[in-house]
Amino acid sequence: MSTSARGNLPSLSLHVPEPRFRPGDPVNYSHLQITVAGEQPRPDEGCVAADTHPLCLDLVRVLDDDDRAVGPWDPKLDAETLRRMLRTMALTRAFDDRMYRGQRQGKTSFYMKCTGEEASSVAPAMALADDDMVFPSYRQQGILIARGYPIVEMINQIYSNRADKLKGRQLPIMYSAREASFFTISGNLATQYPQAVGWAMASAIKGDTRIAATWIGEGSTAEGDFHSAMTFATVYNAPVIFNVVNNQWAISSFSGFAGAERTTFAARAIGYGMAGLRVDGNDPLAVYAATEWAANRARSNAGPTLIEHFTYRAEGHSTSDDPGQYRSAHEREEWPLGDPINRLKKHLIALGEWSEDQHAAMDRELMEQVKVATKEAEKNGILGHGLHHPFHTMFEDVFEDLPWHLQEQSRQAIHERRVKWPEWKDG
Amino acid sequence: MTYEETPVSLAEAPTRRLNMIEAINDALDIMMERDPNVVVMGEDVGYFGGVFRATAGLQKKYGKPRVFDTPISECGIIGVAVGMGAYGLRPVPEIQFADYIYPGLDQLVSEAARLRYRSAGEFIAPMTVRSPFGGGIFGGQTHSQSPEALFTHVAGLKTVVPSTPHDAKGLLIAAIEDNDPVIFFEPKRIYNGPFNGYYDKPVEPWSKHADSVVPEGYYSIPLGKARIVRPGNAFTVLAYGTMVHVAAAVCAEKGVDAEIIDLRTLVPLDIATVEKSVEKTGKCLIVHEATRTSGFGAELSALVQERCFYHLEAPIERVTGFDTPYPHSLEWAYFPGPVRIGEAIDRLTKA
Repeated sequence: MSTSARGNLPSLSLHVPEPRFRPGDPVNYSHLQITVAGEQPRPDEGCVAADTHPLCLDLVRVLDDDDRAVGPWDPKLDAETLRRMLRTMALTRAFDDRMYRGQRQGKTSFYMKCTGEEASSVAPAMALADDDMVFPSYRQQGILIARGYPIVEMINQIYSNRADKLKGRQLPIMYSAREASFFTISGNLATQYPQAVGWAMASAIKGDTRIAATWIGEGSTAEGDFHSAMTFATVYNAPVIFNVVNNQWAISSFSGFAGAERTTFAARAIGYGMAGLRVDGNDPLAVYAATEWAANRARSNAGPTLIEHFTYRAEGHSTSDDPGQYRSAHEREEWPLGDPINRLKKHLIALGEWSEDQHAAMDRELMEQVKVATKEAEKNGILGHGLHHPFHTMFEDVFEDLPWHLQEQSRQAIHERRVKWPEWKDG
Repeated sequence: MTYEETPVSLAEAPTRRLNMIEAINDALDIMMERDPNVVVMGEDVGYFGGVFRATAGLQKKYGKPRVFDTPISECGIIGVAVGMGAYGLRPVPEIQFADYIYPGLDQLVSEAARLRYRSAGEFIAPMTVRSPFGGGIFGGQTHSQSPEALFTHVAGLKTVVPSTPHDAKGLLIAAIEDNDPVIFFEPKRIYNGPFNGYYDKPVEPWSKHADSVVPEGYYSIPLGKARIVRPGNAFTVLAYGTMVHVAAAVCAEKGVDAEIIDLRTLVPLDIATVEKSVEKTGKCLIVHEATRTSGFGAELSALVQERCFYHLEAPIERVTGFDTPYPHSLEWAYFPGPVRIGEAIDRLTKA
């Protein structure tokens, strides 16, 4: 093929997005438009979707530079609720730190932290009813913790031990907790988005009052499932909340590879005729308020909402990732929206409802709580130490009943176990 | 022809003659009536009643929240069905042609098939994906495919292909009641009448065929049970869907005493019926319309070889579509019709 230009036409050029800062680069976030807290209007929850479109390009913020809650989006939570929110986020972080260490110590194969993003799971969980169904991605462990799911059970799953309710079948952190209305996590990105819509449609078909909420990273909005979900949700006016956690990074790819150079992720709502909100994802009160708004809207049959949580993935993508290979280490420290736990802590202190001493004492207590839970879970075994589920369980739940071919294969697996490990007594 | 699994009381049940579309419509109607959690959805299935009329009248009878049209998005159709199943509904989504099921494949393979397993039974996908399937209708590349092997290869999916109105109704009812995800492929070539492969001869409508006699009301045919279409001793024919009729016609024309088995369910397979037959006849002919390489026939051939080796008196014969996309003008050159099947029969007979 000839590459010579026809006539005087300029050569076309391919634009490949490039993040602003690579390893070693100084970081300057002055290009980010950080709005003034309290200045964003709060439309009525039953408004037409188009009324929210300015908010898709704005940034809803409640906590101001003096750590005060201001403006129409202030959810006006009492001090007790704020302390519970703070404690839940701090517990989530303590849990992440301990599990990360556990992976490094070889107790399990894999872990993913949500450091810096705790507000985007804990605050929505608190704003939803406990029986609203959530369809999370892999970075919303804060929902389970907020809903009081036992952290021992979470660790059993991470360690794939004999007490793991998922019987060691799932990669660590791919929790499933029906009793907490927490849908089974899939490794396949974005698949939960249309599923949440289907659940919400089912709730509407049955005349229920429950709604669905789902989470996705900004990178995964590029999947076709995102488009399908948004289309179905608006076509059927499904009672569902779509959360996009825009933490700027999809493993090593910055948000520009999902389209962030041209518009916001909240603005995706505009084209579907859906309500959209873009919130400071490190402001737990703004996140709570946005979820409360969207939940009220969905519950009153006014339709779905897309919420972009503008935040930052403070740690590596997973225990298998080293972010030092692709981004500047200064990004985290320079991030202009700060840290969600620190911001809520300072807010409570400003209210006279908390102190640095109380916070330090709480952190020590939570570390101890996680340590005790970890020891408890380790009694059930850690990965690779043999205290796993019996071999026959590998063949169960593929179908409701075992067809002949799985019965045959189950017998084969148990036979192989007897050959390889004759000392093991259980099936 | 006997149906061992048909309850005795049904022998007395009034019957009607239905074509396959009417039988499918009847099954949907009965299940929607019996179970308020059954919902039907898909492209053009609502007001219009489906491009093949399989859902005609259902929306009027059961209302829009239970029978509704969807956006043109197979990924969305399957994805929302998974979510509905997680809620507790029993969705019956339609994919307009099996050729267009691929955008929904991730939701089927990664989600529906594995929901029960990965959640240790906390969540299930009790859905039945109906989809017109197979060629012989000048459908060209994208209205003729038989992609069953893509689904039989997926742990956690059941795959069903009926070949008569009687079976279509009973199997569809069983599929909808089944708590596992079922891919229900409907051979569109035989919606209106059985097709014997002699495309240049007039087509007989279902009304002249014994298998169009369908009991009224509820009955089900268990998944995983094959049907012996014709007992015989010369060799065993393993087929499903349209090819049951084609194989039977060629055997009849050749006057061979073949035992013809309609597998009906591919996964789980009725291995006992297959083994028993091949042990008796010592020879096996496998027929499907799908392409040959890695087709379901390869699995059948391997199973028969492994399990009936010492009874086999001839190489297993596999008659299939060619390893090409389904052509338009050369459809009857592609289709595994009387010549291809007949030559395989001759080889088996002489062996």
